[in-house]
Amino acid sequence: MNNIIVYCEIEEGGIADVSLELLTKGRKLADRLNCELEAVVVSNEIKGIEKVVFPYGVDTLYLAFDEKLYPYQTLPHASVLTKLFEEQKPQIALLGATSIGRDLAPRIASALKCGLTADCTSLEIGDHRDKKQKKDYHDLLYQIRPAFGGNIIATIINPDTRPQMATVREGVMKKEIFDPKYKGKVKKLKTSEYVSKEDFVVKILERHIEKKKIDIKSAQIIVSGGYGMGSKENFEMLFELADVLGGDVGGSRAAVDAGFIPHERQVGQTGVTVRPHLYIACGISGAVQHRAGMEESAMIISINKDPNAPINSIADYAIIGDVGEVIPKLIKFYKKNAK
Amino acid sequence: MKGFKIIVLAKQVPDTRNVGKDAMKANGTVNRAALPAVFNPEDLKALEQALRIKDQYPGTTITLLTMGPGRAAEIIREGLYRGADGGILITDRKFAGSDTLATSYAISLAIKKMAPYDMILAGRQAIDGDTAQVGPQAAEKLGIPQVTYCEEIVSINHKKVTVKRRLERGVETMEAPLPVLITVHGSAPECRSRNAKLLMKYKHAQTITEMQEATDDYIELHDSRPYLDIPEWTVADLNADEKWLGLSGSPTKVKKVTNVVFKAKESKVLTDSDEDIERLIIELLENHTIG
Ligand SMILES: Cc1cc2nc3c(=O)[nH]c(=O)nc-3n(C[C@H](O)[C@H](O)[C@H](O)COP(=O)(O)OP(=O)(O)OC[C@H]3O[C@@H](n4cnc5c(N)ncnc54)[C@H](O)[C@@H]3O)c2cc1C
Repeated sequence: MNNIIVYCEIEEGGIADVSLELLTKGRKLADRLNCELEAVVVSNEIKGIEKVVFPYGVDTLYLAFDEKLYPYQTLPHASVLTKLFEEQKPQIALLGATSIGRDLAPRIASALKCGLTADCTSLEIGDHRDKKQKKDYHDLLYQIRPAFGGNIIATIINPDTRPQMATVREGVMKKEIFDPKYKGKVKKLKTSEYVSKEDFVVKILERHIEKKKIDIKSAQIIVSGGYGMGSKENFEMLFELADVLGGDVGGSRAAVDAGFIPHERQVGQTGVTVRPHLYIACGISGAVQHRAGMEESAMIISINKDPNAPINSIADYAIIGDVGEVIPKLIKFYKKNAK
Repeated sequence: MKGFKIIVLAKQVPDTRNVGKDAMKANGTVNRAALPAVFNPEDLKALEQALRIKDQYPGTTITLLTMGPGRAAEIIREGLYRGADGGILITDRKFAGSDTLATSYAISLAIKKMAPYDMILAGRQAIDGDTAQVGPQAAEKLGIPQVTYCEEIVSINHKKVTVKRRLERGVETMEAPLPVLITVHGSAPECRSRNAKLLMKYKHAQTITEMQEATDDYIELHDSRPYLDIPEWTVADLNADEKWLGLSGSPTKVKKVTNVVFKAKESKVLTDSDEDIERLIIELLENHTIG
């Protein structure tokens, strides 16, 4: 009762990274709130899934296994979660801000008439005083997200409704094993009590999911290019630099729109959020939507021919110059000086 | 085949690409009046999907449904210029402060009042909030299925619709029974532009509120052309329970808002000279930023 529950998304027979990130965060929140961490998997049967889940510090794992529950479909998954939440009354429910989570969470929140905050970038616990009603609330979930096109950061709370629901974007939270030997309980749900025939009126006729995806989020060094790179061919330089440094290549939306790189590599508000040790921004002006996805990088180097480009103001090093000259020099001097 | 009855949900949004200092109110809500207002881009794409069905199945009617302040009638006119058949504006001070749950409640009541319908189309999300919640929440309140992230409506008959949807890592083709709510993804085709004839026909389309200042002659002319009327529905018209509207119907509260000010770091400015770049590389190697 009144625990924290995480919906675990299934991807290629395993649990999606974003869900493991949420379990990691969920464990910390549970410790802070002195409650238990629970997880729910809705899928066809996956043997041994608990061995993946428990090391993240999960106390109870609910399994709703049924052939018909994979691949994901809105109505049956919403029915399982809505009923489970009604029974278990979690105080916090977390889902990934993915195609699945953003489709599913609002459906549940509407049924339970509870608050939902999409795309959180940070979750904290804190108090709140309603000045009008002179009412104090303790240990609420602060759901922190960029809003309004990334121009503001809003802290959202749900004082009166439970669960406090939030979706969190992939890659913004760390994924960390809590205790490799941690043991929780498995509770199998009788799916016939949770879904009805009407939940299967929508049919999937065809599905093409790309298996191995480009994923720059885990890279510790990201060399990122913008519209100022000029062409797809010039991006080759960035791949070469990333290659010698042991990193990966990202880009701005303008570079994606121009066809220089695929969308999977886009950094920013409508792309991925990255926090590498080193982010090298090449020919990127530094629009607020771009910075939203990279400003937490430990170190930022910008290469821009415009000394007044906004990116320079958040860079640790701003190299004023042409990307066509500077990047080959970086490669050259790296090769010369690295052991 | 006879046509379809389609409702398109549309929102007028502040253009978040140009946010000035005066755009936020003290309580953390957006001062929409201070910003240029536009037709939410993905809602326009939803309209295009509806128009394509209308192209193919004459007799199809498209009604825009929007909730907002009086000026939101502008986007209904925008929709009429592109081929929609009518539009309804839900507007009432009592809606102020509604979050997505309260908004979807009001919208679902309006849709019930517009029933029967075959399909509801909406943009996936609005650029001012980026929540993507109102569509699915309205579908839940109406008790109908949803198909989100539509890129293309592949085919439709009076029983079911086939939809190609765009996921993060692929595509899915779904078949859903009617009525259904479909949200349209940014990867769907752009909306056609205004049609000159329709622009002439509808440029005087107005709501009652907009007509307040009009001359008697104008009102008479307007009354003789019922298609120029943009109905305004209030809380009373929707028979809504006020406790589920506005701030009281909104479980989420904005506790705090901070403007994104990027703290200027101590940045070192370098030239593109060999010396500067080599020194940088050596420094990065020494502090193990690069290996
Ligand atoms: C709702 C919304 C969401 C968005 N989401 C994102 C997002 O997720 N990610 C994102 O990146 N953007 C996003 N944008 C777009 C963003 O506003 C900018 O348009 C975009 O980031 C600009 O990309 P850019 O810096 O590559 O291009 P530009 O702004 O055109 O900048 C090019 C830069 O290159 C420099 N330059 C040109 N030639 C050279 C050269 N030869 N050598 C060195 N420097 C050179 C120029 O001085 C300039 O600073 C979003 C916008 C909106 C409205």
